[in-house]
Amino acid sequence: MNALMNSLPLVFADPDQILLYRQQGGDKHAITARQFMADAEALAGNLTTGPCAHQFIVNLCQDRYRFMVGFAATIVAGKTNLLPSTFTGETLRQIFIDTPDALCLHDHDDWPFPYPHFSLAHLSLAHLSLDHISLANRCHREPSPDFLAESVKGHLEKPSRADASSALAARVQGGRSAATETYQTDRLACASYALGSEHRPTQQSGRGLPPASRSVGFSRCPKIKPEHVVAQVFTSGSTGLPMPHNKTWGKLVRNVEAALQQLALWSPVSLVGTVPPQHMFGFESLVLLCLIGRCPLWSGKPFYPADIVAALDAMPEPRMLVTTPFHLQALLDAQIALPKIDRLLLATAPLSPELAERAERVTGAPLFEIYGSTETGQIATRRPTQSTAWTLFAGITLTKAHPEENDELFIANGEHIEAPVMLSDRIHLRADGRFDLLGRVADQVNMAGKRSSLNYLTAQIKSIDGVTDGVFFLPEPKKNQARKNRAGKDRAGKDQVITRLCAVVVAPASNAADILAALRDRLDPVFLPRPLILVESLPYNATGKLPQIALQAILDQHLAALASKDQPSWRIPADHPVFAGHFPGHPLVPGALLLDWIVERVAAYWQVSSAALRIEQAKFAHPVLPDARVTLDLQAEADRCRFTLHLHAGETNPVAVSGVLSRQKNDEASDAKAKHA
Amino acid sequence: MTEESQKIMDQALIDELANLIVDGLNLEVSAAEIDADAPLFGQGLGLDSIDILEIAMMVSKRYGFALRSDDENNTRIFSSLRHLAQHIAEHRSC
Repeated sequence: MNALMNSLPLVFADPDQILLYRQQGGDKHAITARQFMADAEALAGNLTTGPCAHQFIVNLCQDRYRFMVGFAATIVAGKTNLLPSTFTGETLRQIFIDTPDALCLHDHDDWPFPYPHFSLAHLSLAHLSLDHISLANRCHREPSPDFLAESVKGHLEKPSRADASSALAARVQGGRSAATETYQTDRLACASYALGSEHRPTQQSGRGLPPASRSVGFSRCPKIKPEHVVAQVFTSGSTGLPMPHNKTWGKLVRNVEAALQQLALWSPVSLVGTVPPQHMFGFESLVLLCLIGRCPLWSGKPFYPADIVAALDAMPEPRMLVTTPFHLQALLDAQIALPKIDRLLLATAPLSPELAERAERVTGAPLFEIYGSTETGQIATRRPTQSTAWTLFAGITLTKAHPEENDELFIANGEHIEAPVMLSDRIHLRADGRFDLLGRVADQVNMAGKRSSLNYLTAQIKSIDGVTDGVFFLPEPKKNQARKNRAGKDRAGKDQVITRLCAVVVAPASNAADILAALRDRLDPVFLPRPLILVESLPYNATGKLPQIALQAILDQHLAALASKDQPSWRIPADHPVFAGHFPGHPLVPGALLLDWIVERVAAYWQVSSAALRIEQAKFAHPVLPDARVTLDLQAEADRCRFTLHLHAGETNPVAVSGVLSRQKNDEASDAKAKHA
Repeated sequence: MTEESQKIMDQALIDELANLIVDGLNLEVSAAEIDADAPLFGQGLGLDSIDILEIAMMVSKRYGFALRSDDENNTRIFSSLRHLAQHIAEHRSC
């Protein structure tokens, strides 16, 4: 058997089937598989010539169409797409350390990073067809060795307007048939891409055919070897470096065919997705469902509820919305009229049964959830309104990671999984082969669908100059919802608040703002700590670990100090541990506790470590009893802060403590000045 | 938006919006501390996409209109509290 017989099409749709819908200005364009491949082939030509011959293409395009053109072009050119799920400077830096000859494809207007790149934004912002031809021109008529250098500056030569606009007019006016004609008369776009299928009967957009039948497609459609590594997707390794995972075309095809079976998607559905194409869920359920599953895709990147509605409206029925619990909740809460939705496909974060039930009730569409990971791809599905158990894709197996132990850790293997992978969720396997998720392995965190690990985040913060120690942790979900309820009283979901990560950091020579700025360069914004707390030392226990409870206590203390910022008052409850053993029979709030509280409050106000503060004066004027309420007034000037702690005692508010705190910086500065003088 | 209409921009709306954002997002700053001209994303207030969607929800409930990604002024709208307030003033239905 030769390699050609084994090879698989890149696009499974019929050439004349509409593969993508795209908004251009006020108009909606339908793009056929044929047009899509012409764009991809033209770009592939450019990726293989001269200085553009990079083996790895970092595909950062956000628009789905541009992403797909870049993705397909990369494969046609025999190369590999790198798909990082975050686009921070640090992620790209690491990728370029590992693969120095990579090229970034993107659709930003301006490019802030010092790496070789090529913007597709300049190619298709004006007119798809026009740019389309401009690409083809460059590719087939005047291959240009300095193509890259030129495009880096964002100056792409355009074809003459007369040329392009007639082709454009023909295509836009005539819809699909005119589009085909344009290509038949205007061979330049497809010189190397023979359109051998004009004589074939058009197959009703492929509807009603078995899923992803391999016989459907272009007679000369690019054939891809199953072992071709078409993409590397990235996870954050515990060392802090992005870890690439190879995805071969053969396994991706099996993956999507299995998904079509599992989801009973017997005929194509229109896809509208809120998830990025670089994320494994978006990659599989948008990009690959389009290329392999022949589902037409909305090219936009809907974000707001109104975007999702407009995108759905623009797509023919039946429609499937591919989204996350976070976006779904927002869509339902928006209480706007929804177009007909035929299916909901969810993944990335735990979906509450209430939200699933509500979504099905409001939309009338069955809701399916996908379980998977970047390493394994999708491996199981469920209908949460029918069962909590997950059903594995056929051929995927789960085996205990440690046969002797009951640690609920499992290794997934088989079918499209490239290599056996330990799952990051604890699992209960049922006798019938289905499974239940018991919760995440402690290190894993999920913020609105984006995954990371606390080890990775902690490694990132420790790598910042000036940080001597630090740790990320996920606080307990907020118990006190008083503020939230006030703001969102008519909000339907009670679990809407996303619990943000917290970082506790030792950085005597730095400040919170600088550390945050450094983190912002390293992390996706959703993982930035809220709050970042500066401390003198971390609360290591005897075994050198940082107990969650100790970290939570630091956060609670910090929040208590902050909560008093607008209305800086504090009630010291009579059962506060500080009263145990103190002044039996005559409990008083110790002055040290009051000062501690004041110092924390001022430290939070200045966003410095409390260790950096010095108590210059403190005068205790009135005793404070348990259950008393105190109020703090601050008058900060430069590096000194005068404080007054009032006691609430009926009509009168006597001063309990007053004094002055200063920041050490000031002392050091004045010391230095004194020495200088 | 002209320089002049920026000037007559109602400060009350900016204040109201600052309170809405601080309360709704549980931010660690007080409304009065938010610089109306500082960026909401990144270096300024440091908001992210989760916050933006939450703000969009609050805006649609409070001011009766929906934000859209394909609004060509989208980058500008979230470039500062003042610009967000201007956008709301121009589009609010209640």
